[in-house]
Amino acid sequence: MIAELGHFALILALLTAVVQGSLPMVGAARGYMPWMSLAAPAALMQLVLVALSFAALTYVYVVSDFTVVNVAENSHSAKPMLYKVTGVWGNHEGSMVLWILILALFGSMVAFFGGNLPPSLKARVLGVQAWIGIGFLLFTLLTSNPFLRVFPAPADGRDLNPLLQDPGLAFHPPLLYAGYVGFSMAFSFAIAALIEGKLDAAWARWVRPWTLLAWAFLTAGIALGSWWAYYELGWGGWWFWDPVENVSFMPWLLGTALLHSAIVVEKRDALKIWTVLLAILTFSLSLMGTFIVRSGLLTSVHAFATDPERGFFILVLLLITVGGSLLLFALRAPVLKPGGLFAPISREGGMVLNNLFLAAACATVFLGTLYPLFLEAIDGSKVSVGPPFYNVTFVPLMVPLLFVMALGPLMPWKRADLAGVFARLKLAALGALAGAAITLYLREGWPVLPAAAMGLVAWLFVASLVEWCERIKLFRAPLGDSWRRARNLPRAAHGMTLAHAGMAIAAAGMIGASVWNLEEVRNLRPGESMQVAGYDYRFDGVEQIQGPNYLADRAQITVTRDGRPVAVLTPEKRLYPVQNMPTTEAAIHTTWVVDLYAVIGDSDGRGGWAVRIFHEPLVPWIWIGCIVMVLGSFVSLSDRRLRIGAPSRKAKAVPAGGHPAPAE
Amino acid sequence: MKRLIAALAFVVAASLGLPAAAVEPDEVLADAALEQRARDLSHEIRCVVCQNESIDSSNAELAKEMRILVRERLVAGDSDQQVLDYLVARYGDFVLLRPPVKPGTYVLWFGPAVITVLGILGVFFFLRRQRRPASAVQPLSAEEEARLARLLDSADASDAGAPAHAQPGQSQKDTAERS
Amino acid sequence: MIQRLLLLLPLLLFFVVAGYFLWGLSPDRDPQALPSAMVDKPTPSFDLPPVPGLEQPGFASADLGKGEVVMVNFFASWCVPCRAEHPYLTDLAARTGVPLYGINHRDKPEAAVAWLEELGNPYSRIGADSGRGAVEWGVSGVPETFILDGEGRIRYHHRGPILGQLIEDEVEPMLRALRQ
Repeated sequence: MIAELGHFALILALLTAVVQGSLPMVGAARGYMPWMSLAAPAALMQLVLVALSFAALTYVYVVSDFTVVNVAENSHSAKPMLYKVTGVWGNHEGSMVLWILILALFGSMVAFFGGNLPPSLKARVLGVQAWIGIGFLLFTLLTSNPFLRVFPAPADGRDLNPLLQDPGLAFHPPLLYAGYVGFSMAFSFAIAALIEGKLDAAWARWVRPWTLLAWAFLTAGIALGSWWAYYELGWGGWWFWDPVENVSFMPWLLGTALLHSAIVVEKRDALKIWTVLLAILTFSLSLMGTFIVRSGLLTSVHAFATDPERGFFILVLLLITVGGSLLLFALRAPVLKPGGLFAPISREGGMVLNNLFLAAACATVFLGTLYPLFLEAIDGSKVSVGPPFYNVTFVPLMVPLLFVMALGPLMPWKRADLAGVFARLKLAALGALAGAAITLYLREGWPVLPAAAMGLVAWLFVASLVEWCERIKLFRAPLGDSWRRARNLPRAAHGMTLAHAGMAIAAAGMIGASVWNLEEVRNLRPGESMQVAGYDYRFDGVEQIQGPNYLADRAQITVTRDGRPVAVLTPEKRLYPVQNMPTTEAAIHTTWVVDLYAVIGDSDGRGGWAVRIFHEPLVPWIWIGCIVMVLGSFVSLSDRRLRIGAPSRKAKAVPAGGHPAPAE
Repeated sequence: MKRLIAALAFVVAASLGLPAAAVEPDEVLADAALEQRARDLSHEIRCVVCQNESIDSSNAELAKEMRILVRERLVAGDSDQQVLDYLVARYGDFVLLRPPVKPGTYVLWFGPAVITVLGILGVFFFLRRQRRPASAVQPLSAEEEARLARLLDSADASDAGAPAHAQPGQSQKDTAERS
Repeated sequence: MIQRLLLLLPLLLFFVVAGYFLWGLSPDRDPQALPSAMVDKPTPSFDLPPVPGLEQPGFASADLGKGEVVMVNFFASWCVPCRAEHPYLTDLAARTGVPLYGINHRDKPEAAVAWLEELGNPYSRIGADSGRGAVEWGVSGVPETFILDGEGRIRYHHRGPILGQLIEDEVEPMLRALRQ
């Protein structure tokens, strides 16, 4: 009964979306107010219906109603409650409902907060959102209905994959989808602007917070997924350049570019056509990610069962959405009037370089991810594109990006004096030298490249702080004065400093993790120990324990350094009997500078156990950096200017300067 | 996620026996330098029955066999390239995580550089085209602005170094083509 | 004009990519399929001992390429598809008279012996492979089957079970062509 209710609510949501996607659009074209104003209530209605459907699905999971196929295939009565709930989106069908729920949530947020949007723009944005919703509702209802019943019902379910029964992965999909779907807002605004033929500073001011919100979610989602892979898979790795990782990373790269180019549109009325294209492409890549993950197109590692029919459906959806919007772009982009001019050396110039490197990086990942498919289609041969490829193509693009990132915030709009900027970065240059010198000092063997990389990261970090200190005149004015300045500084400025500094921290972690990680594997008997990077690991033995739905061998490893106790690590090797699946649970002790990471392997049957120790310098900084970046976005989002949205349209000044710049 | 599929593949297909862990104690070579070479090399070799996993981190039996083989050949005095060639002869380029540079992969290997260079050129021309007017900004009347926009719009195909007021010939041609 | 074309470029590129996607979804395509690198290669070097408990001798590289066309089949008792192809292989070997050599991959000898006793033994020789044999032959799983010509050159390699239609369409024509 509850399941049918959920199914019914989803159908009603589809009907609501059809109304929301048609009447307001026609109303906006004809200037017919009552039809336009239908959009907002329809969006709220859709949220209510989809939420109802999602609640129904959650309910059947919570009560373990195995008459529902989806529950029987992905849940089990003995599963802890947390994973019964998160199991709702641990499978293809349920995750689609979550996808739609988040889409409806974003739509209703426009309806709710978009009071100051011009009515036609609001109607069109919500209309485009509804089209996306129609596509995914149809997809879910026709090919992936989570509410189907099974008769006779099985006595118990097949359980959720044990690897997914983990807090890190439980919340990874919602964050990731919030990021993917969040970019639909920028997309809808871009389409609406193309239809209206008008894109101005006010438009950018509406788009920026949504993009920032989506970006923050996506950053958090990717970081959480990476963290999960790090501690759960037991290899000490955190990024594998797997297709599924790449498809979430591509929208992140372009979304980051969009975030910056939208600022140029807002402040300087320039780069409009490019920004619209970025908005379309960012969401298109999000859709493509959904397509690739669920179609089985690439041999990749992901939890969803693949089905060519579903793949075909999403491909058609992709053709309509992406093809249609790019066609609209080709036809309508010339209507967007080019705006403010700027010199090559300027804040805008810095943003252009940022966009250049991010777009090139995205193209590189795109090429690497899809090349095996391209080549197979052309001559049937198969190649593997793995981490070694990205190390030589992607990483070099990050070097100029990080370098310019330090300069950008110090450059004024329109025209900057490069010599002056560098003069203000003396401290950062010192920081870079110090970073490189410390690396050379701490590490044996004259590691030139890593030292240069750490120098670059220190350069960015110090430059970000310098810019912030200058703005509040820290140490140049009395402290109280600086405090007042800091409080008066727009929140977005604090946010930017945090985001850039966070990037520097994360980059330092990534460099450390890829250059200096160590792995030792040894067969140890209880009482024996091994040394890794100055730490002493004593293997105390293994005991058998019984978890709620698994059995485990739990090892105890005592870590000491120079005789002083550091930590006791208890890695586990679990067996989940329902799926007859073994998993490894790594034990990690972090000193915030290095992770001590232990995994227990197999017994050799003679009292010895395979003990695997990873020494992972700076890895914690990756997550710290990501947290700081996300924090920065939320600080920015709390900026009054963004919260209030655009000023009234009359107040919008025509950009200064006479000559319109040709669009790119 | 990789281990997830590896495990699933094991359950479903049971292709090559019971799973073992990644590099196991008994595989490790006594010679640390050689072992390091083996580890580095293993990161370049794909476990052909897994999903985008190197043999170094894979728990498949075939990956274990290949790890041992890599070590044996290194001990026997093979160069890194010889070891890779040995595996490519049996499993094709698919076994390499760093695809070989050859005509079929030129687009893959040189694509990123070409895209970046094209991007830099694009940015260069875009910035150069707006450099001149930016140096002498003087407000125009709305009418002048509209006229200029038309001219610029039709002439932006022309060389960016040219004065902002495009070559008449070019703009006429473009206008003709467009209308 | 050029600007117009530039604006059209994303759409064109997208259509190209979408074309590849469409191709990639075609039901004939197996994304997991791994093409063979062994076809037209000479006999790999190997020397496999007999399976303990079987009367049959093992075999080595030198036993192949003695002027006779030979089929080599990797199998294991724990492998489900091997069980499925077994009657087809038995029938094929009996019908064509082409010697079928077996390589018993990563198997317990007792299990292999029992398996052959239960299903019958179509193999003229069986070598026991602890794992290295598979790598030498470029094998990624079981079952896999090779056809070698009289000079010992590999002329055909199939990953997966040899079943009905495949025998008619590929295996028998290849055997006929090689034996002429």
